[in-house]
Amino acid sequence: MQINVNLNGTEQSHDVEPRLLLVHYIRDVAGETGTHWGCDTSNCGACVVWLDDVPVKSCTVLAVMADKHRVTTIEGLAVGGVLDPVQQGFMECHGLQCGFCTPGMMMTARWLLDHNPNPSELEIREALSGQLCRCTGYHNIVKSVQWAAAHPATVGAST
Amino acid sequence: MQTPRSFEYERATSVDHAIALLERLGPEARLVAGGHSLLPMMKLRLAAPEHLIDINPLVADLSYVRVEGNEVRIGAMTRHAELLASPIIAEHFAILTDAEKVIADPIVRNRGTIGGSICQADPSEDLSAAFAALKASVLIRSGTGERLISARDLHVGPYETAVGPAEMLTEVRIAIRAGSGSAYEKVERRVGDWAVAASGAWVQMSGDTVADAGIGLTALGVAHFCSPEAEAVLIGHAPTAEVIAAAGAAAASITNPPTDQRGPSDYKRHLADILTQRAITRAVARALGRN
Ligand SMILES: Cc1cc2nc3c(=O)[nH]c(=O)nc-3n(C[C@H](O)[C@H](O)[C@H](O)COP(=O)(O)OP(=O)(O)OC[C@H]3O[C@@H](n4cnc5c(N)ncnc54)[C@H](O)[C@@H]3O)c2cc1C
Ligand code: FES
Ligand code: FES
Repeated sequence: MQINVNLNGTEQSHDVEPRLLLVHYIRDVAGETGTHWGCDTSNCGACVVWLDDVPVKSCTVLAVMADKHRVTTIEGLAVGGVLDPVQQGFMECHGLQCGFCTPGMMMTARWLLDHNPNPSELEIREALSGQLCRCTGYHNIVKSVQWAAAHPATVGAST
Repeated sequence: MQTPRSFEYERATSVDHAIALLERLGPEARLVAGGHSLLPMMKLRLAAPEHLIDINPLVADLSYVRVEGNEVRIGAMTRHAELLASPIIAEHFAILTDAEKVIADPIVRNRGTIGGSICQADPSEDLSAAFAALKASVLIRSGTGERLISARDLHVGPYETAVGPAEMLTEVRIAIRAGSGSAYEKVERRVGDWAVAASGAWVQMSGDTVADAGIGLTALGVAHFCSPEAEAVLIGHAPTAEVIAAAGAAAASITNPPTDQRGPSDYKRHLADILTQRAITRAVARALGRN
């Protein structure tokens, strides 16, 4: 089936099987491998992308469901070579180790800050609670999001 | 990598179109809403429909929470996150706000729908218990018309509902009743997980007396997700500690929870008792305006 997806601002057109999951479409068909795929049970959140500006687990959405919709992935966060404050925050606060969970964490964190620019620690932990990190113990991820909240963007995906 | 079996994909443009597709494609066709129960089952090949009918295009028509007359109506395609954020729900049915806070995780709640949740009829599903406690009704549409049935009767058994193969659930309706309050209590092993056990209570007070009550239970092996036995203990009595304890015991007595990785049966039965007592206590406090 022919689908047209606006991926990070670029119109993409591909012929796909209806059973293709959005995460595999993004990685294997569109070739944007920043989005990760970590489980078969919709639990880990490594695959989080925005579908029409709402974070979803792309392993639990069909690629055909994104036909004529907008998808934003980690590749869409930095604008004009300038890192989003969330990305900068993860660097400043050592918010990643292996980096596997990071793209999903960042997509959710950016969405949180767009809707709640000054979240409490509890609100940050709640927002990220559908996503697993096996390395950091979450502490530095929370600090990275707090850093981003304290250093809002002048440019970025949200502006 | 787990991949669903091949299927044909159709996109519904209206409720009538979805039903016409179900009629034309037959019993091997399934609706897909949020897909957060169906797609994981298809990945595991526990489900292998030949046709999927995507009803996400119906969001414009079927995603709403609104007051009509003396009831609240919730569209089937309303996502969990929207129910959680709804001020109408928070004002009238705190049990649903309580429940939505602990259903799955925020990302799953962005996609999963109310209709999909109750039509999945997972024996551990939370909203089924909450709607049973509220004595809600559901509207089911077919090619020939609509019928309104009680949310309790929607559930025929585990993963089985009264929705026929060429029917679609379109709305949930809940009466707004003066002097009532409700609450939901769930124990989960980790954030975002399905319930070890959960209980929801709705009470309508008349002075110091419980005039009407609903008790919903999930993950406890109870038919229709409710306990009329516990309701009978409450109705017509003042909700004293003794009466509430008796209602908790009555609820626990009808449970038949499986021993599984979430815990042994007797532990879950104990939870049924305690969580029912807590839910009733909070529901009464809310009904009386003492939060
Ligand atoms: C990681 C994870 C954790 C979860 N944790 C919980 C939890 O703690 N508590 C809980 O209650 N749920 C939980 N869920 C389930 C979640 O709430 C699902 O999103 C929801 O149950 C199914 O809704 P859906 O819209 O995704 O339905 P779908 O998967 O699209 O559909 C489910 C079934 O309902 C049918 N259907 C859908 N819509 C209609 C309709 N309008 N009329 C008739 N039939 C219809 C479909 O054909 C299918 O058979 C969890 C899910 C995941 C992935
Ligand atoms: S890959 Fe694990 S939730 Fe999507
Ligand atoms: S940094 Fe390794 S999983 Fe999170």
